Amino acid sequence: MGPLDLDYMLGLVPVLLRYLPLTLGMAAGAMVLALALAVVLAMIRVSRVPVLDRLVQGFVSFFRGTPLLVQLFLFYYGLPQIVPAFAAISGIQAAIAGLTLHFAAYMAESIRAAILGVDRSQWEASQAVGMTQTQALRRIVLPQAARVAAPTLLNYFIDMIKSTSLAFTLGVTEMMGAAQREAAGSFRYFEAFLLVAVFYWVVVEALSFAQRRLETVLSRAYAR
Amino acid sequence: MIELQGLTKRFGANTVLNGIDLAIAPGERIVVIGPSGTGKSTLLRCINFLDRPDAGTIRIGDLTVDAARATKAQILALRRRTAFVFQNYALFANRTARGNITEALFTVRRLPRAEAEGRADAILRDIGLADRGDAYPAALSGGQQQRVGIGRALALSADLMLFDEPTSALDPEWVGEVLDLMRRIAEARQTMLIVTHEMQFAREIADRVLFMEGGRIVEEGPPAQLFESPRDPRTREFLRRVR
Repeated sequence: MGPLDLDYMLGLVPVLLRYLPLTLGMAAGAMVLALALAVVLAMIRVSRVPVLDRLVQGFVSFFRGTPLLVQLFLFYYGLPQIVPAFAAISGIQAAIAGLTLHFAAYMAESIRAAILGVDRSQWEASQAVGMTQTQALRRIVLPQAARVAAPTLLNYFIDMIKSTSLAFTLGVTEMMGAAQREAAGSFRYFEAFLLVAVFYWVVVEALSFAQRRLETVLSRAYAR
Repeated sequence: MIELQGLTKRFGANTVLNGIDLAIAPGERIVVIGPSGTGKSTLLRCINFLDRPDAGTIRIGDLTVDAARATKAQILALRRRTAFVFQNYALFANRTARGNITEALFTVRRLPRAEAEGRADAILRDIGLADRGDAYPAALSGGQQQRVGIGRALALSADLMLFDEPTSALDPEWVGEVLDLMRRIAEARQTMLIVTHEMQFAREIADRVLFMEGGRIVEEGPPAQLFESPRDPRTREFLRRVR
């Protein structure tokens, strides 16, 4: 026990900084994959593809209905016992896969709602000028849905960055794992965890700033 | 030559189009009038399959589509020979005025950029919006939006232009400029099928006026004849009420 050891905290800054790229990399990788998967899932739901639609509903229900930590443990520690091929997967890969599936379930619902929120006249006008369904979706409907969904999707991204800290439970030394390791060595738990909290906070604040800028850009076309 | 045969559309138990037969000569300008809910808009929307007809055939030039057996490719082909002007404009909200005009030229017609932009310039001048090309729909007045809607349709050089009550959603102050633009298109002998309540306009530009009621064409003829001496009592009753 003792007063806050600021020197120790300052010394820890470069240590945690070394692990920041891994944290951001996992989040960015999972975000790209989750977004791609979510668009596909949303499309299946919007166009009510028989059978697949029900499967997607089940998928969304499961991944929204169970904790991310449980999902990660299930994949990383549980699955290889049933399917030996999964034993070759690293902690980082498992974390990215888990984050992808978990957040894709949430994002698919936001994207689906945003697509359904685009006025029917936009589909009709696209069809009337001779566009295919895919062209209408890619060029007219999705861009407008993106504007509606962007704030929510960015919130999920922020959530995802923070959730990468769970990768530490799969034995991955990312920012949280590094803080834990340092704290265990020095017994300076408060300083180490306070510093890692500040790291997450700064990253999320930077993103929130970018989010506000993006929303301004995306709504430019709709200003009166 | 454009020909509809036995075009039929039902919404549930309600037959909205009851076997419409219609031949349209190239360059012919036809105005459809009639009470609300008698299938006028549905007729237009069935011709390009915005509403899928239940039966009948649609022929545009060498393309014949049997409604009951229409394939995706046929529907696409039909839409690429027609152009549609919507009552509520339905401009692409994420495209500028210019972008609305060029969109299909790029994606559907696959025109090179310079050619598409050149055509857009010409059309923006035609519709009197040369200086508003970079404005998004939300920044345009109703009349300007509908002129862009017409410009977008014009850009397609379609065999048949369909106008679905193009001035009905407009504030009265914008109706004149839209009708003026349509008048100029009519003068260029573009083949047009127009649903409108603007009787004076119909009288001026139509080669033929159709009166529809109950999903059928009740009476048709040149405007002078149909407006001055309608034969069917239902036509007479309708014209008496709208005057």
